[in-house]
Amino acid sequence: MIKTVYSKGKLVAKTGNEVVAEAMRQIEPDVVAAYPITPATEIVQIFSQFVADGIVKSEYVAVESEHSAMSATIGASAAGARAMTGTSSQGLSLMWEMLYIASGLRLPIVMAEVNRAISAPINIHGDQSDTMGARDAGWIQIYSENSQEAYDNMIQATRIAEKAKLPTLVTTDGFIISHCMEVVETYPDADVKAFIGKYEPERYLLDIKKPYTLGSIDLQDYYFEHRYQLAQAMRNAKNIVLDVAKDFEKTFGRKYDLCEKYMLDDAEIAIAVIGSTAGTAKVVVNELREKGIKAGLLKIRVYRPFPAEEIAKDLAHVKAVAVMDRADSCSGAFAPVYSDIVASLYASGVTNPKVVNYVYGLGGREINTGHIIGIYEMLCKIASGTEKSSNKVEYINVRIK
Amino acid sequence: MANLKELSKNPERLTGGHRLCAGCGAGIVARQTLIAAGSTPVVITNATGCLEVSTTVFPYTAWKDSFFHSAFENSAATCSGIETAYRSLKAQGKIKDDIRFITFGGDGGTYDIGLQSLSGAMERGHRMLYICYNNEAYMNTGIQRSGATPKGAHTTTAPAGKVRQGKEQNKKDLTQIMIAHDIPYVAQAYVGNWNDFITKVQKALAVDGPSFINILTPCRLGWAYKPEDTMLISRLAVETCVWPSFEVENGVYKINVIPKEKKPVIEFLKLQGRFKHLFRSDNAHILETIQKGVDEKWDLLQRRSAVGCRA
Ligand SMILES: Cc1ncc(C[n+]2csc(CCOP(=O)(O)OP(=O)(O)O)c2C)c(N)n1
Ligand code: SF4
Repeated sequence: MIKTVYSKGKLVAKTGNEVVAEAMRQIEPDVVAAYPITPATEIVQIFSQFVADGIVKSEYVAVESEHSAMSATIGASAAGARAMTGTSSQGLSLMWEMLYIASGLRLPIVMAEVNRAISAPINIHGDQSDTMGARDAGWIQIYSENSQEAYDNMIQATRIAEKAKLPTLVTTDGFIISHCMEVVETYPDADVKAFIGKYEPERYLLDIKKPYTLGSIDLQDYYFEHRYQLAQAMRNAKNIVLDVAKDFEKTFGRKYDLCEKYMLDDAEIAIAVIGSTAGTAKVVVNELREKGIKAGLLKIRVYRPFPAEEIAKDLAHVKAVAVMDRADSCSGAFAPVYSDIVASLYASGVTNPKVVNYVYGLGGREINTGHIIGIYEMLCKIASGTEKSSNKVEYINVRIK
Repeated sequence: MANLKELSKNPERLTGGHRLCAGCGAGIVARQTLIAAGSTPVVITNATGCLEVSTTVFPYTAWKDSFFHSAFENSAATCSGIETAYRSLKAQGKIKDDIRFITFGGDGGTYDIGLQSLSGAMERGHRMLYICYNNEAYMNTGIQRSGATPKGAHTTTAPAGKVRQGKEQNKKDLTQIMIAHDIPYVAQAYVGNWNDFITKVQKALAVDGPSFINILTPCRLGWAYKPEDTMLISRLAVETCVWPSFEVENGVYKINVIPKEKKPVIEFLKLQGRFKHLFRSDNAHILETIQKGVDEKWDLLQRRSAVGCRA
C-alpha cells in the first residue's frame, strides 16, 4: 500500500503515461516537440491538451517525424529553452543520429521513453531493445520500476540533465507501466518547480549579445578532445545523479540511488534486473526468504552512467548471480546488461560470483513469479555446486524447437 | 528594390577567411543574405554541406551571428525548434529582441534527404526563411547527382560514359512543391543579380510566416568552369530561361527578370565541363530535349504570371 511520504503529497490513481505527463505539466518545459508512437503516444497527447487548455505556458510542436522531433528539441535546447520530448521503439531508432548530436553538443534535453520492442517483426509491446540500442549515445538512462518512480525520475532528470549538461532519458516499460493504473503520490506544483529551479543556460543561440557558432566541423585536431570531454561528463554524472537523489529525498522523502539493493546484503544468490521486473522479483525474494533461502535482488536504476564499481561491490559476496536482460544484443555471445556486469566484476577483481545470463520478455512475452522462481532455483544449484553455471545465454519462456 | 548606397552601410556579417573555393556561389549567397538582413538580429541554421563545413572549421567561425548546425537532413526541423523556443521565451518575457531565423541548405539537403523536414516546417508555419543554395549536386561529397541535377549533367553517380550520358531524369521542380505549401512567400533567384536576390530576402524576412528562396548557385568545381565565370554563368541561366527568376507572393506569380532576348540553352551549357559530352554529334538529340523542356516550362511560367495567376 502506497502511503504519502511527503507531508503535502497527494495520492492519485494514474497510469504511467498519465503520471509522466503530470510531471511534464509541473516541470512546464518551454518547448516540447514530439511525434506519436504506441505506447508513448498518450504522454504527449495529454501534454498537448495541457497546452491547448492554457494550463502550461509551453510551446508544443507536433512535428512530422521523430527525427524532426529530436532535431527540433535540439534546436530549442540550443536556443536556450528547457526542451523535452517523448518516444518509444521505432521512434527512438529514427532519432538515433540525433541522439548522438544532442549529447555531443551537451544539450540538457529530457526525454520520456517508453520501452518497446524493435521491428522486425513489428511488435508494440514492452522490452528494452530500444533504449539498449541507444545505450552508447551519451545519454543518461534512468529506468523506472513503477509509476511512482517514473514520476520521481522525471522530476530528478530535469535537474540532472541541466547540471550534467547531458541529455537524459527516463524509461517506463511499455504497457506494464505505461498503461497500468497505480496509486502514485504527486507533489504540489510549487514544490516541484522549486525543486527543479529556473533554467539558466550558460550560453545559448538567442543571446544575440553573445552570438556563437555551435555544431561546427571538428577535425583531427579537436574532435577527440570533445568526445573525451563527453565521456568525462558521463563519468561525472554519477555524482550528480546521487546529489540530486539526496536532495530529492530531503525534499520529498523518497530515497533513490544508482541501484537498489533488495535483501542483497546477506544474499547468497541474486538476480540483477532493470525496470518493472524488479517489482515481480521482489515478490519472489520475499517468498524465498520466508523459506529461509538467502535470495536477493539488485535493481539497476541508472544504466548510463553505468555504476560499475558499485555493482561489483554489491555483488562481490554473492555466490551465484543471474543477470536478466529484456533485450538481446545478437552479439553471438551475451546480452547487454550481462556484458556490462561481468566486465565490472572482472575489472574490480571480483571473481567470486558465478554469473549467468537470461534473456526474457521480448516483445512483451510474459515474465511471472514462476519464471523467476525457476531462476532462483537454478541459482541455488549453481551456488551449491550441483549444477554447473551455463556460459551461454539462456532464454526464458520461449519456444525453442 | 534594394538601394546599393543604403546596403553599403549594412555591416558585413560573414567574414572573409572562410574556406569555400574561389568563385563559389554559396559564399555570395550567404553574404548577400546577411547584408539584406541589415541590422536585424538573426540566428542561422545550416544543413551539412559545403557552406557549413567551409565556414565553421573549429575553433574558427566565419559567422558573426549565432550559427547552428546539427545534421544534414534536418536544418528546417532544427530551425523550427529554435523559432519555437524564441516564441516561448519571448512570450515569457525572457527575450526582448526581435530576431529572425534563416536556414541554408544545399540542394541535396533540401530536394532529397531534407524534403520531409522542410515540408513539415513550412506546413507548421514557423516564421523562418529557408534558402536553398542550389548548385545542382551533392558537392561536398564529390559531385553526386541530386534531385536538382538537370538532365544531361555529368556527376560522379550519374556519369557520362559509353552508353549513358549523364543524368537521365529531369530535375525535380522543388519551387513548385514549395508553392503548393501555400506559404506567404516563395521565390527563385540566382547569383549574379544582387538586387533581385536581396530584394527577395528582404521581402521574405518581412512576411509573418514561412518563406522559401531557391537560388541557383554555381559551383566552379562541380560545374567545371573558371572561377571568375560564376556571375556570367548564373546570368546565362536566366537569359536562357533555364532558371527563371520569379516570385510567388500569397499565391500570385510574378516573373522578376524577363530576358530581352531569350538565348538558346547551349549558351548556358557550353561554358561548363559537366555538359561537355552533350556537344558530341551523337548527343544532339539530348540537347534538343533539354531545349524543349526549358521552352515548355518557360511558357507555363509566363502563362501562370500573365494575369497575376494564382497558384
Ligand atoms: C545522413 C547523412 N547522409 C549523408 C551525409 C554525407 N553528406 C554530407 S554533405 C553531403 C552532400 C551535401 O550536398 P548539398 O546538400 O547539395 O550541399 P553542397 O555540398 O552542394 O553544399 C552529403 C551526402 C551526411 N552528412 N548525413
Ligand atoms: S565545391 Fe562547389 S559548392 Fe563546394 S565550396 Fe567549392 S565551389 Fe563551393
